[in-house]
Amino acid sequence: MKNNIHDLEEKFQARIDAGEKIEPKDWMPEKYRKTHIRQISQHAHSEIVGMLPEGNWITRAPSLRRKLGLLAKVQDEAGHGLYLYSAAETLGISRDQMFDQLHTGKAKYSSIFNYPTLSWADIGAIGWLVDGAAIINQVMLTRTSFGPYARAMVRICKEESFHQRQGYEIMLGLCRGTEEQKEMAQDALNRFWWPSLMMFGPKDEDSPNTEQSVKWKIKRKTNDELRQEFIDITVPQADFLGLKMPDPDLKWNEERGHYDFGEIDWDEFWQVVKGNGPCNKERLKARTDAWDEGAWVRDAANAYAEKQSLKKQSENNKKIAS
Amino acid sequence: MENKSKEWPIWEIFIRSKNGLEHKHVGSLHAADAEMAIENARDVYTRRQEGVSIWAVESIHITASNPENSGELFEPAKDKVYRHPTFYELPIELKHI
Repeated sequence: MKNNIHDLEEKFQARIDAGEKIEPKDWMPEKYRKTHIRQISQHAHSEIVGMLPEGNWITRAPSLRRKLGLLAKVQDEAGHGLYLYSAAETLGISRDQMFDQLHTGKAKYSSIFNYPTLSWADIGAIGWLVDGAAIINQVMLTRTSFGPYARAMVRICKEESFHQRQGYEIMLGLCRGTEEQKEMAQDALNRFWWPSLMMFGPKDEDSPNTEQSVKWKIKRKTNDELRQEFIDITVPQADFLGLKMPDPDLKWNEERGHYDFGEIDWDEFWQVVKGNGPCNKERLKARTDAWDEGAWVRDAANAYAEKQSLKKQSENNKKIAS
Repeated sequence: MENKSKEWPIWEIFIRSKNGLEHKHVGSLHAADAEMAIENARDVYTRRQEGVSIWAVESIHITASNPENSGELFEPAKDKVYRHPTFYELPIELKHI
């Protein structure tokens, strides 16, 4: 057989072009595997670290209704992380390796979670904007070429819509409340708007991996396309709340059929990615503490499982003997 | 930060969404034993009443066919059109057949 690497890669690309999904045991280029391990695990880390800023407000939610909603949302984020870790594991990386990469700072997670949640309104802004931005990205990923990733995304997207509505309802409540409450909502929007736009990643011309990712149908749209889509959807929602977007350059462009918007502060983006955001250290410490302090639980569960299995074995042996 | 703990094994989870339907693979998770696998599956895969029954099978017990053998395994069925009802030509006026 002539299965040299070039032929295999050509066949692989032909399968992708034909719209076929790639499953874990199929042959794939090493770079496709590595890109997926990196992207899926970082997506999983984002879900897990994403629980921290919101968990900050569970005990201080203003009503039982809000508390139930937020608890359920945070629990969903844990679930989303688990779906994604499982998808990444099908490519041959272990859960412990992924945790290790997160805890040592080798793997990244979405930079948005390195911003603090200073007021209750931030929980509204996160649900509305951060989950809103995530949905745009994740809806695209339901059609990604790697089967397990696409399936995890379908599951996640079904659940994510509640998160965004939960957030928007919080914002709506505040905007229809007292003057101070509306100011809280505006302040949260001011702080979360730009970081939300950064969630889509660098501009296309500064994103060297985009071309290959689009070719392999890992991404079906570019960062700038997704960002524009998010802005176009979100601006009317801010108008509905009676809030003002913190961007003086934001205005509807009739000719393009899109909103024009101001320059994103990419220096800030890269600072946060490199670990110098307001909460990077705090987030990572919360993660490593949870992992270290949970070690005895994991060990105890292993010891118990082993004991039970030995007990069962000896019972079986007795049955056979009698 | 050292971690000497052994990783919990991986389990494949199958959910029956309602009686009358088959169990369907939904994904996998880690658990120390079978009982924990069921409990975790409940939390991870049925938060919105997605199921009425769970199967958990430790992944190492699953034997999977190799995609490289797909040709010899599945291609022989390709040219056996006579296994399909449309292969047989009958007069159009014939009913219920």
